[in-house]
Amino acid sequence: MTTIDVFQILLFIALIIGLTPILGNYMNKVFAGNKHFMLPVLGWLEKLCYKFIKVNPDEETNWKKYAIGLLMFNLIGFVFLFLIQIFQAYLPMNPAHLTNISWHSAFNTAVSFMTNTNWQGYAGETTMSYFVQMIGLTVQNFVSAATGIAVILAVIRGISRKSTDKIGNFWTDLCRSTIYVLLPLSILFSIVLVGQGMVQNFNAYETAHTLKGIDQTLPMGPAASQIAIKQLGTNGGGFFNANSAHPFENPTPFSNFLQILVIFLIPAALTYTYGKMVGSVRQGWCIFTAMLILFIAGLSISLYAEYSSNAVIGNLSHMEGKEVRFGVANSVLFSVVTTDASCGAVNAMHDSFSPLAGMVCIINMMLGEIIFGGVGAGLYGMVVFIILTVFIAGLMVGRTPEYLGKKIGAFEVQMAIIANLATSFAILVFTAWAAVSSYGLSGLNNAGPHGFSEILYAFTSAAGNNGSAFAGLNANTLFYNLSLGVVMLIGRFGVIIPVLAIAGSLAKKNITPSSVGTFRTDNWLFIGLLIGVILIVGGLTYFPALSLGPIIEHLLMNNGIIF
Amino acid sequence: MSTKQNKILFDKKILIEAAKESVKKLKPALLIKNPVIFIVAIGSVLTTIIVIAGIFNGNFSSFNLQIAIWLWFTVLFANFSEAIAEGRGKAQAESLRNSRTQTKARKLTANQEILVLATELKKGDVVICETGDVIPSDGEVIEGIASVDESAITGESAPVIRESGGDRSAVTGGTKVISDRILIRITTEQGNTFIDRMIALVEGAKRQKTPNEIALSILLSGLSIIFLLAVVTLPAFFGYSLNASGLPMSQNLKLPVLIALLVCLIPTTIGGLLSAIGISGMDRLIQRNVIATSGRAIEAAGDVDVLLLDKTGTITLGNRMATDFISGEGVSAEELADAAQFSSLSDETPEGRSIVILAKEKFNIRGREVHQLNATFIPFTAQSRMSGVDYIDDENKIHQIRKGSSEAIRSFVENNNGFYPKIIQDTVSELARQGATPLVVAEDNKVLGVIHLKDIVKGGIKQRFAELRKMGIKTVMITGDNTLTAAAIAAEAGVDDFMAEATPEDKLRRIREEQANGHLVGMIGDGTNDAPALAQADIGIAMNTGTQAAREAGNMVDLDSNPTKLIEVVEVGKQLLMTRGALTTFSIANDVAKYFAIIPAIAISLYAGKNGTGPLSALNIMNLGSPQSAILSAVIFNAIIIILLVPLALKGVRYKPVSANVALSRNLLIYGLGGLIAPFIGIKLIDILINF
Repeated sequence: MTTIDVFQILLFIALIIGLTPILGNYMNKVFAGNKHFMLPVLGWLEKLCYKFIKVNPDEETNWKKYAIGLLMFNLIGFVFLFLIQIFQAYLPMNPAHLTNISWHSAFNTAVSFMTNTNWQGYAGETTMSYFVQMIGLTVQNFVSAATGIAVILAVIRGISRKSTDKIGNFWTDLCRSTIYVLLPLSILFSIVLVGQGMVQNFNAYETAHTLKGIDQTLPMGPAASQIAIKQLGTNGGGFFNANSAHPFENPTPFSNFLQILVIFLIPAALTYTYGKMVGSVRQGWCIFTAMLILFIAGLSISLYAEYSSNAVIGNLSHMEGKEVRFGVANSVLFSVVTTDASCGAVNAMHDSFSPLAGMVCIINMMLGEIIFGGVGAGLYGMVVFIILTVFIAGLMVGRTPEYLGKKIGAFEVQMAIIANLATSFAILVFTAWAAVSSYGLSGLNNAGPHGFSEILYAFTSAAGNNGSAFAGLNANTLFYNLSLGVVMLIGRFGVIIPVLAIAGSLAKKNITPSSVGTFRTDNWLFIGLLIGVILIVGGLTYFPALSLGPIIEHLLMNNGIIF
Repeated sequence: MSTKQNKILFDKKILIEAAKESVKKLKPALLIKNPVIFIVAIGSVLTTIIVIAGIFNGNFSSFNLQIAIWLWFTVLFANFSEAIAEGRGKAQAESLRNSRTQTKARKLTANQEILVLATELKKGDVVICETGDVIPSDGEVIEGIASVDESAITGESAPVIRESGGDRSAVTGGTKVISDRILIRITTEQGNTFIDRMIALVEGAKRQKTPNEIALSILLSGLSIIFLLAVVTLPAFFGYSLNASGLPMSQNLKLPVLIALLVCLIPTTIGGLLSAIGISGMDRLIQRNVIATSGRAIEAAGDVDVLLLDKTGTITLGNRMATDFISGEGVSAEELADAAQFSSLSDETPEGRSIVILAKEKFNIRGREVHQLNATFIPFTAQSRMSGVDYIDDENKIHQIRKGSSEAIRSFVENNNGFYPKIIQDTVSELARQGATPLVVAEDNKVLGVIHLKDIVKGGIKQRFAELRKMGIKTVMITGDNTLTAAAIAAEAGVDDFMAEATPEDKLRRIREEQANGHLVGMIGDGTNDAPALAQADIGIAMNTGTQAAREAGNMVDLDSNPTKLIEVVEVGKQLLMTRGALTTFSIANDVAKYFAIIPAIAISLYAGKNGTGPLSALNIMNLGSPQSAILSAVIFNAIIIILLVPLALKGVRYKPVSANVALSRNLLIYGLGGLIAPFIGIKLIDILINF
C-alpha cells in the first residue's frame, strides 16, 4: 500500500466520524418535527404530499397499522414497477428501443428495488429504458431507503416512549425522510457527480469509432441522478451493467471516493440521530463504534488478503477484475463499504478478489448488514442484535434484561429470534437448494469451492438486501430470478415486521430509571460484548458454509490451486 | 426446615434417588417441556436406531454406538440436574408431610362440638383448639389467646402468642397449641393450606416457568432452530464439495455425525441446567426460611430497585433507650434522674425500663417499690400523651411527676401555673434534630429536665445499605416519627430517603408513585393495614407472625419474621438471574471450540491431494488425534460439562454486592472468556484420553 492509499482510508474514516454528528443532528430535527433550515425551502412539498395521499401527519398509529401502511406502500411500488417493465416497449423515453422484460426478471427486479436490495439480474444499458430507470427504479431508490428510515424511527419511538401503543405515522416518516434528507442530499451529490463528468442526458446511444477502427456503442442516459441516490440510499443498483466500475458511472478517483463516502453517510449519521432521539448521544456513539470496529476489522483482513503475496501469483499486484483508475486499495475499500452497508454497488469484480477478501464481503452481508448497514435497515438490524446481547449477557448483572430502561421479555426475544432466523433460513436453505439442483448449478462460471462461494454470495447478498453480485454467476434465469426474489422478500420483511412488533411492544412498557445496578449499554464493555454476540450468534451459523467456500479456497490457493 | 438443618450439597440418598428419577424423566411428555434437550433425545433415538439397524445389516459401527451412548448421557445428565434439584426439596417435603398427621378437628356447629377429620374442614368453619391440640388448618383466631408452638414450620422452638384481633391473629395448620384455648375460623380450603403450598413448592411439583425463564427458553429454542438449519443444509454444501473434489456421494455426511454436530452446537449446557437453576433458587430462599408463592417472585426480587423498610425492627432495634439526663436550670442531673426513675418504676415499656436502668447506672439510684411510697402510677394514654406518678409527701401534699412529649408537658405545667423555660425548649429541639426522642420531665409546675431517648440503629446496617446502593438499590425508611427525628435516623443509618409520619395510605401511595416511575418496589410488613401495600409492591414479604390478610397479600412469607430478610431475598433473586446469564453465556461461547473440533474432522477428505488430507485440516488447531475421536471428544465434552456444572447451578454463581458494571466484567471474564477457552482444553484432554 502506498502512503496515499493509507491516507485516503484514514481520511475516509475521519470524514465519516466528522459528518455523523452534523447530518445526525439535522435528521434529529427533521424526524422529531422540529424547526430546521430546509423547512422553508421544502415545507410546501411535504404539505402537498399529505394533501395528495390524504393523510393527517400528526395522527399516529400502533405498530400493526404502521406495518400495514408500510406493506401496502411497498406492494403498490412493486406492482407499478413490475408492470412498467413488462410493458416497457410501449412506454415513452426508450430511444434504444429496448424490448419488454420477461415476467420473472421483472419480478426479480421489482422485488429487488422495492426491498432496497437492487440486485440486478439484467444489464442496465441493454435492458431498461430511461422511463423504467427514472420513473421506476430511481423512485424506488428513494422510497425503499425512506422505508428503512421509517422503520428505525418507529423503533426509536418504541424505545423512548412509555405506556403507549402509538409508534408514529408511516406516511409522515416516509415523506420527511424522502423530502428533507434523501432529496436534497442526492440533488447536491448528483450535481457534484455531473461536475466530475458523469453522464446525465436523455440522448440516444452514441456510436464512436475507436482507434482500432471498429464501432463502439456508447450508452447514454440520466445516470448521475440515479447514481446519487443509488449510493446515498444504499441501493447499489447501477445504471450500467458494470455499475461503479463503468467510466460514465464513476468517472474519476474523486467521484469514486465520494461514492464510497456517501454510502456510509446516512447509516452512520442515523446512529447519532438514534442517540439523540433515545435521549443519550453516547448510546448512539457506542453503536457507531461497534460498527466502526467491525468495519475496520473487515477492511484490514481484506487489505491483508489483497496485498499479501500468494502461491499462485506471488508478489504481483492483484489487479484482475479491478479498474486501473482505482487500484487495489480503492477497490477493496469500496467492496468492504458496499457490503457492510447493504449498498451493493461495486467498482470492481468481487469474484476476482482473493478468497479471504471475498469472504469478508460475504461475512459482512451474513451478519445481517449491520455494519452501518442499509439506510435505517442497518440500525434496526443492530437493535435486534442489541436485544439479543442484552438478553444473553444482561442477566449476568443480576437483573432481568433491559435496554434503555425497557424490560426485554419473551415477546421481544421471540421477535428478535424470528428476525435472525429469517435471514439464516433464506441464506442456508436456498444456497443448499441451488447447490444440489441442476438449475442452480447451471449458472456457475467457476468450479470447486469458488463456484460454491458464487452461489452462497448470491443468496447472502439477496437475504441481506445488499444486491452486489460475485459476478461469476449467471443469475438471469427462471430459477435464480424467482428464488432470489423470494429470498429478498424474506430478508427484508422477515426482519421489518418483527422489528416493528418489537417497537410496538417496547412502546407499551414503562421505562425503568437507570442506576448503578443497570446493565450499561454505553461503554466499551458493551461494545465488546455486542461485537462478540454478532460474531458468535450472527456469524457462527455460517461457519460450515464458509469453510466449504472461501476458507477452503484460500487454503487451496496457498497450495497453488485455483479455480 | 430451618437454617439449622443446613444441607450438604450432595447427599448420597438424594443422589441415588436423582439417578433413578433421571431415567424416569425420559418420558417424551416430560422431555418436550425442555425443547433443547428434547432435540438431543430425538437425536439419541435416531442414532440408536441406526446402531441397531447396523447390527442387523452386518455393518455395526462402534463409533455410532459411542455417539449414541454419549447422546443418551447428555439427556440423562440434564434430567439428573433437574432431579437432584428437586430431590433436595423432596427431602424437606417428606418431613413436612410427616408433621401433618391425620389431625382431628373439633368443629363448632350451632354451639355443638363435633369431631371431624381436618381434611373435611371447609373455609369459614369454626374450630376449637385447646392445650395440646394440633391446629387442623390455616385460620384466624376469632376468640381467645394462646401460645402456639410453630416449630413444625419455622423450626423455631420458642412458642409464639396468637390472639384474636390485632396483628397476631393468623394460625397455621400443623402447629400446636401449648396453652390456653382459642376459637379459630378456617380461612383456607384444603389442599391450598400453607403446608400444602409449602410441600408443593419444595417438591417443585407445581413449578411453573417464570417470565424470564420462558423468554430464555424461547431464545434457546430459537438458537437451536438456527443451528438445526445450519446442520440440515450441510449435506447439500458437502455434496457439492464432494462432487467438486471428485469424490463419490457415498462419502457424504452420515446422520450420526450430523446429529453429533447439532447436539454440540445447540445450547445444551444451559438448556439442561435451566430448570435446576430455577428450583435451586427457590431452595435457597427456603434455606433462608422464606417461602415464595411463585418463582416469578424470586425473579422480581432480583429486579427490585427500591426497598421500603420499616424503621422499627429493620433499621433500629425495636426500642428506644434512655442515654442521658439533661437537667433544667436550678436542677441537678441527679434530681432529674431520681424523678425520672421514680415516675418510671411501674412503667413496663422498654423505654421506661431503660430510664430506670440508666438512673441506676449513672447515679446509683435504686429502684423503689411504688406502693410503699403511697404512690399511684399514671399510665400513658393516647389523650394525655404522658405518664408518671402521683405521690403523697411527708407533709401529706400530693405531688405529680409527669414525663412525656414536649407539648404535653408544656400544657401540664402551664395548667399548674408554671412556665415552660426556653432552655428546655432549645434542648428539646436540639435532641429532636439529632434524631433522638426528647422526653420532658416535670414535677407539678416545674420542668425538671429532659431525658434523651435514643433510637439505636442496628449494628452493620449502614454497611448493608451502602452495599445495596452499590447494587443500585434505593432504600427508603418508613417511620411514624416526625420529620426531624426521621431525618436524623435516616442519616445515621445511611438510607437514601425516608418517609416521616407515614400512614399505611402514604406507603401505598409511595409504592404506586415509584412504580409509575418505572421502579420495582420491595417491602416487608406484618399488620392488616400493610396488606394493600404488600399486594401493590412487586415483592411483598409478609412476616409469619403477621395477620392472615398480610400473608395472603404478599408474595413471600418470612418464617423468621425478620425484617432484614428483604435484603437477603433481593440477593437470592440477583444470584439466580446471574447464574442463568452466566451459564447461557458459557453455553453459547462453547460453540466456537466445537466447530474447530468437528468441521476439520468431517471435511478432511475434501479437495485432498495425494496424501488424503484435505486443506481444511488446517482448522484442526487443537491437533486432535483422528476425525472420529475429534467428533466423539466434542460430544463427550458437551455431555459431561452438564454434570460438572450441576454444583454451580445448585449453589449459584458467587455473589457479591457490587455495581452492575463490576458484576458484568467479572462474570464475563469467568463465564464468557472461560466459555470460549474451556472447551478447547476439555476437548483436547478427552481426545488424548480416547487416543491413549
